[in-house]
Amino acid sequence: MTDTTASSRPSAAAGPAARRGPALLPRLAPYLQAAPLTVVLVLFLLVPILTIVAVSFWDYDSVRIYPDFVLTNYTELLSSPVTWKTYLSTLKYAALTWAITAVIGFTVAYFLAFHVRSTTWQMVLFLLCTIPFWTSNIIRMISWIPFLGRNGLLNSGLISAGIIDQPLEFLLFSDFSVVLAFVHLYTLFMVVPVFNSMMRIDRALIEAARDGGAGGAQILWNVILPLTKPGIAIGSIFVVTLVMGDFITVRLMSGGQSASIGLMIANEISLLQYPAAAANAVVLLAVVLMMVAAMLRVVDIRKEL
Amino acid sequence: MGALGKGLSFYLLAAFFALFVLFLYGPTVTILILSFQGPDGGLTFPMNGVSLHWFRNLFEQQAVGDFGGSFRRSIALGLMVMVLTVVVSLLAGFAFRRRFRGSGALFYLAVASLIVPSILVSLGIGLLFTILGLEPAWYSSALGAHLTWTLPFGLLIVFAIFNRFNPAYEEAARDLGATPWQTVRHVVLPILLPSLIGVGLFGFTLSYDEFARTLMTAGSFNTLPLEIYGMTTNVTTPVLYALGSLTTVFSFTVIGLFLLGLLALRRRRGAAA
Repeated sequence: MTDTTASSRPSAAAGPAARRGPALLPRLAPYLQAAPLTVVLVLFLLVPILTIVAVSFWDYDSVRIYPDFVLTNYTELLSSPVTWKTYLSTLKYAALTWAITAVIGFTVAYFLAFHVRSTTWQMVLFLLCTIPFWTSNIIRMISWIPFLGRNGLLNSGLISAGIIDQPLEFLLFSDFSVVLAFVHLYTLFMVVPVFNSMMRIDRALIEAARDGGAGGAQILWNVILPLTKPGIAIGSIFVVTLVMGDFITVRLMSGGQSASIGLMIANEISLLQYPAAAANAVVLLAVVLMMVAAMLRVVDIRKEL
Repeated sequence: MGALGKGLSFYLLAAFFALFVLFLYGPTVTILILSFQGPDGGLTFPMNGVSLHWFRNLFEQQAVGDFGGSFRRSIALGLMVMVLTVVVSLLAGFAFRRRFRGSGALFYLAVASLIVPSILVSLGIGLLFTILGLEPAWYSSALGAHLTWTLPFGLLIVFAIFNRFNPAYEEAARDLGATPWQTVRHVVLPILLPSLIGVGLFGFTLSYDEFARTLMTAGSFNTLPLEIYGMTTNVTTPVLYALGSLTTVFSFTVIGLFLLGLLALRRRRGAAA
């Protein structure tokens, strides 16, 4: 986008201002326009993260934290088997959620983009998918409780249908319900970018493939899927980072029986062990950034807008 | 394949889509129904009579901590975030249309803001305020925390808007003698208006529902998601569902008003053209 406008814009912007005086303002304009965003991101993202890095080397006792340079927060974190187990369960959640949201997201987007032929219906159905995203995540999580509980709709339905005798216990407060809630909350983050990618596929390519004798499955696998990869990558980045940093879903949906790194950090915060929480947060950030870097190899985000 | 004919694959995919929509809305509908549970009813079916008992309960002071206050704070915060998101991301969008030093770094900082786990932002801002001896509050630290989430979304949407914006309109305005400000005010902004309303809606609802980034930054007064979260741990009556139903209805109303506004805008334009 910068290329087309960059060439025409500076000369034109310089015109009227040049008549008034030195052409300083047009040259300064982008800096002034970008300043508010820069200030907010530096003050509320960059500096806080640097603060976390600094505090991760501080010492603490049961009452307060004090400036120091110790590595104990990291050595304790990395030498504890609990940490590794928690990372394992967090990665498991991320992998399961990613796989399920990718399949559902791709299928839903494929239906909307290639099988719904009227644009009006496309927009209506797309909106139908996005509306729940605008409502409270916590409420959407607790909405599962009357559904999945011991006496919930699903269990009583299955029992009265004679399929099971005993209520299924694994439905609520288990890994199952955690992943279910993640899929429920985050599939939209997959649907939107994949749908966006699919809508940009030139329909002539599909015609050409069909004229060349490709069947439906071949077109899907060899034409649509490769061209949708950037969308899948962006959706994956969203889903994976959201799950990796989550603590509220795991706490509410596992009923305290399961752990995630985010939950571990939140617990350390509530115990006022800030340096330990900070060290944990630094490691988590490094892990998440590495995962994102790996996924970014597939896609150039700026080209996808 | 089914792109041109309604074959079997169309109906299979349509069924899958219908199931997906049911999956999205089913649980919400369940708690909507259960919030009308009778006074003696519990957290699950069966319904023990039908009443507005739990909605009344919600507005009694002792039942929930501070529902009214947290609701007002969340709306005020959402509105502040909304205005700032529209203004700041639009300005930045203009900046990115030209080359400027540091544009790459700023872009990556904005993207980083999306992928840094929310709890880190919460923890970092909370620590920063503690170290500086500042009192965190919903209108300062929480506002900043919410902006780190809404601004990158706003910026990406503004990028997408400008990518589809035809610069010929601007050139025409300039050729007719408009100053840069006049071009923006009378040509660019009216064309972008519907999309900017979308950015605003995005900012408002993201902030209104934000929990993780508010956790350590809200200070002594709760926002609504924090209040709801507190309730999930210590309230075991359908009053929780009543609150859920109310906030969901509120969200739907906001979205509905937005869609109606957009429709009205389009009608007026259609009539004018």
